[in-house]
Amino acid sequence: MPTAFLTDSTICIGCKACEVACKEWNDVPGDGFNFTGFSYDNTAGLGHSTWRHVKFVERGDGQRLDGDAGYRSNVFRWDFSSDVCKHCANAGCLEACPTGSIVRTEFGSVFIQPDVCNGCGYCIVACPFGVVDRRPGDGRAFKCTFCYDRQKAGLEPACATACPTESIQFGDLDDLRERAAHRIAELNRRGITDATLYDGRGTSVGGTHAIFIFRGRPEEYNLPPAPEVPTVHLRKGWTSAAIAAGLMLIGTAVAFLSGSQQAD
Amino acid sequence: MAENHPVGFRWVIKARERGATIIHVDPRFTRTSAMSDMWAPLRAGTDSVFLGAMVNYVLANGLEFRDYVVHYTNASVLVREDFRDTEDLDGLFSGWNEAERKYSPETWAFEDAEGEAAEPSHPASGGHGKDRGDEPARQRKTVRDPSLQHPRCVYQILRRHFSRYTPAMVEEVCGVPADTFVSIAEAFCRESGPDRTAAICYAVGWTQHSVGVQIIRTAAILQLLLGNIGRPGGGILALRGHASIQGSTDIPTLYDILPGYLPMPVFGSDSRTLEKYVRCHQAPSGWWGHFDRYIVSLLKAWYGDAARPDNQFGFGWLPRISGDHSHFGYWLDMADGTGRLEGLFVMGQNPAVGAPNARLERRAMANLKWLVVRDMVESETATFWLDSPEVERGELITSEIATEVFFFPAAAHAEKNGCFTNTQRLIQSHDRAVDPPGDARSDAWFVYHLGRRLKAKAARDERPRNAGLNALTWNYQASGPAHRLEIDEVLKEINGKTVADGKQVSGYTALAADGSTSCGCWIYSGVYPAPGHNRTRERYPSGPYGHGWGFAWPADRRILYNRASARPDGTPWSERKKLVWWDANAKQWTGLDTPDFTKDKPPDYAPPTGARADAAIPGDAPFIMHPDGLGRIWVPGGLKDGPLPAHYEPFESPVPNRVYQQQINPVADPKVRPDNPYAQSPGDPKYPHVLTTYRLTEHHTAGGMSRTLSHLAELQPELFCELSPELAESIGAPNGSIVAITTPRGAIEARALVTPRMRPLTIQGRIVHQVGLPYHFGGRGLVRGDVVNDLIAISEEPNVRIMESKALVCRVEATANPGPGAGNRGPRPQPPGADDVVP
Repeated sequence: MPTAFLTDSTICIGCKACEVACKEWNDVPGDGFNFTGFSYDNTAGLGHSTWRHVKFVERGDGQRLDGDAGYRSNVFRWDFSSDVCKHCANAGCLEACPTGSIVRTEFGSVFIQPDVCNGCGYCIVACPFGVVDRRPGDGRAFKCTFCYDRQKAGLEPACATACPTESIQFGDLDDLRERAAHRIAELNRRGITDATLYDGRGTSVGGTHAIFIFRGRPEEYNLPPAPEVPTVHLRKGWTSAAIAAGLMLIGTAVAFLSGSQQAD
Repeated sequence: MAENHPVGFRWVIKARERGATIIHVDPRFTRTSAMSDMWAPLRAGTDSVFLGAMVNYVLANGLEFRDYVVHYTNASVLVREDFRDTEDLDGLFSGWNEAERKYSPETWAFEDAEGEAAEPSHPASGGHGKDRGDEPARQRKTVRDPSLQHPRCVYQILRRHFSRYTPAMVEEVCGVPADTFVSIAEAFCRESGPDRTAAICYAVGWTQHSVGVQIIRTAAILQLLLGNIGRPGGGILALRGHASIQGSTDIPTLYDILPGYLPMPVFGSDSRTLEKYVRCHQAPSGWWGHFDRYIVSLLKAWYGDAARPDNQFGFGWLPRISGDHSHFGYWLDMADGTGRLEGLFVMGQNPAVGAPNARLERRAMANLKWLVVRDMVESETATFWLDSPEVERGELITSEIATEVFFFPAAAHAEKNGCFTNTQRLIQSHDRAVDPPGDARSDAWFVYHLGRRLKAKAARDERPRNAGLNALTWNYQASGPAHRLEIDEVLKEINGKTVADGKQVSGYTALAADGSTSCGCWIYSGVYPAPGHNRTRERYPSGPYGHGWGFAWPADRRILYNRASARPDGTPWSERKKLVWWDANAKQWTGLDTPDFTKDKPPDYAPPTGARADAAIPGDAPFIMHPDGLGRIWVPGGLKDGPLPAHYEPFESPVPNRVYQQQINPVADPKVRPDNPYAQSPGDPKYPHVLTTYRLTEHHTAGGMSRTLSHLAELQPELFCELSPELAESIGAPNGSIVAITTPRGAIEARALVTPRMRPLTIQGRIVHQVGLPYHFGGRGLVRGDVVNDLIAISEEPNVRIMESKALVCRVEATANPGPGAGNRGPRPQPPGADDVVP
């Protein structure tokens, strides 16, 4: 049964419990102590040492806030959204991995086997979301495991368990897609018309196992509006290569034939 | 609330998703504001004006819950003729004694029907007990005007008193535009009435002011007027600062109370004999009429067989209050080097970072002979002699400090058995998950074995001073290689027992005043009613109020004063908001919660002449702890700064008080001294900015539990100062640069975090900038920063002696120092001299 995350940013309070729970369960190393000055976000993004990451988006710089601030506002808001590996249906990292380290699990998630990974880094450039990252000093690539070990034991992923507001929901992919559609409709009904479902469907990643509800455009959360798995260009690439090869062959033949005529 | 109580905030989010309107009033736009429907940024220290205007809005528009107000509050009661309000005396109440700088509250009393004066009150005790001193406890019979028309009834005084708290005043004083205020007041009142309720949540953003108690009083008046007390979805919820801070008030770590809010005896006042002490505090009517049962049972719990009627149950062994023994009282004494306090135990606290005027507090510790610190990490308090900023600056020289410091490793909550009492008074057990590492032990272990050794020492010394220690029962079971205390034994002692057979009592109604029962804390009685029946371990909730999960004191009542959820005749105010009601057939109170009322007392019960204690409370008076059973819109005594709230500016304010001539709370004590100086107020040109302090989700209080863990420390790795883009531009401090923040007490540096979430306010026609500083940082741990509490003054609110750390003034300026702050920067800023003017 494919499992999934639904991260509903409209009820995320930005507490970062998911980040910490993930690191504690998976024994992920620290990020270092870097003050970014970017709102309350000091872990900056997903990487080899951050597999859940809460974004802090401040909106409304320079606007008058009185009476129009808070979650209903379209003028001044502070949006929080917990990002994670998308576990794509067509996973660029998996397709690029030459060693077979990256596999698809029985839960539908994408898993890097650390004992197989040789640190070649092909998966890093192949990820349309910039999720996979190589750990300096170790060399191997790391990302969210979807708590494969916990799922095997019948537990929910650590981040979903820790979330105090149930902003991170875990469950069956189809159920969560349905729940997300209801939620968007409900938000629209309440006048929150900028709520978006971000689930990678209709793009070449073929849908994701981590789906998101947030307000505004994907770019505002540092997410690609139309993620693309690099291998979609393969057919075109091979076609072009084949055409080029054919043309070259023809060219060579023409050159050869015409050359031999001249030689005559 | 989202910042500091993210798990509790889960329920706020659930309520919002079910249609509740969430309103947030805060100087800063925080994670709570982000989740709220409405946000009002107000100038720090003006909450009493905002709330006062809410009260005025209710009264001016006739929005009060009239039936509730008339029947369940003291709004209809007449006040003495010689009372004078702040309206008449421009900011002071009658009874002001300028020479002693205190009030005598006689004129605040209610008019007596029989023309008798209330019996003379007893002098002051602390602010946390059931009596706070100066209460007219023997009020005979009051006069009520149910029409609320009499000019001297509380309701009419209230109307006049709050009439100047207008939306325009809110705009001028708080900086909240009048239309924003009105829309908030409208929303709040719309959600109040027979069918609806609204709740108020607050934390130290309200308490840590020189008018802290009166701010919360204003909220209480508002909620009583709207009928939001004792009803589901209503109330005023004090969000406590840590797990079980509520527990540490119930079974106190405070100097002025004994367990269960019994007042600590005061030397030379109420304390000569047990009989006098009981006479002072045993109210003739109301539930406190059972006071003697609770104090005698407590003495029996502590002194066992040695507590006998012929020695007043050992009452003479209890300590007496003989001065200001609050944290600030004894710490200032330490700072003076009087030598009266030779040694100090610091447990579960890091005052070198977490206490106001931390500079003074750190230096004071050098005057101790010995200091014991128990903590999970070697905190800044434990190493004040080694690496404090004072040592760095040369104000303290390590080799000259004679203090002997003992550091003991402490166990964390997951390493010990015990229970927590939360904001909702819910007591929940927790079990040890792992053994503490190495020599780390729980606080209970430490205190138990310390007590055991002290008792062994005292047993060899027959001097009378040791009599109490020799009499003290201390026979808990300890087992295992670590001699671990059986913490269950303590909870059983708290629950109470019958002395003769040692059987646990079923609840506090089973306690007696003749020494036949013992009970460590009467309000907790019933928590462990039988062997093997520890109710804090219950985990099978049922019904909308979660009965069956833990135990909510008293008597597992989930909502206090819940008799108020029914009409005077005992039927619910509405189907939607029903909670408890009178079942006429069964002739008892019943409902969805444990009734907070005598179970078989009918709604039409009228006390016979001469009735005492609970029997003197009528069947339609829900506030059973009060002598008249009424909710206190008016407080006739017991508060040091007035029967009604009045707005005074903070000790340090940028502006004059526009509400009254009187600038600051006249009774509050700023503890002015050369090492605790103040800026001029109002409007010190050297300190033009308003400062407030707070906590972040990512860190825990003084940081010992979070700055030492990389997974938490990395989330907020440096001390920052939140300031608006406008202020940042005017002082030339771009985002991420280093700014210096100075007050008369100290100077610190922090990263500038420039954000539109901070915004300048227009106050009395001019722009006032506010800045915010989280106070988690200190000199040790994985992430370090300056101590924000170096900036704060030690001061005492008059009722509970809390300091004013949520509203003061400062100067913020860009510095030439390069970042980053932690461990790699120029010389520390020097604190300013003590030449500043005091209020």
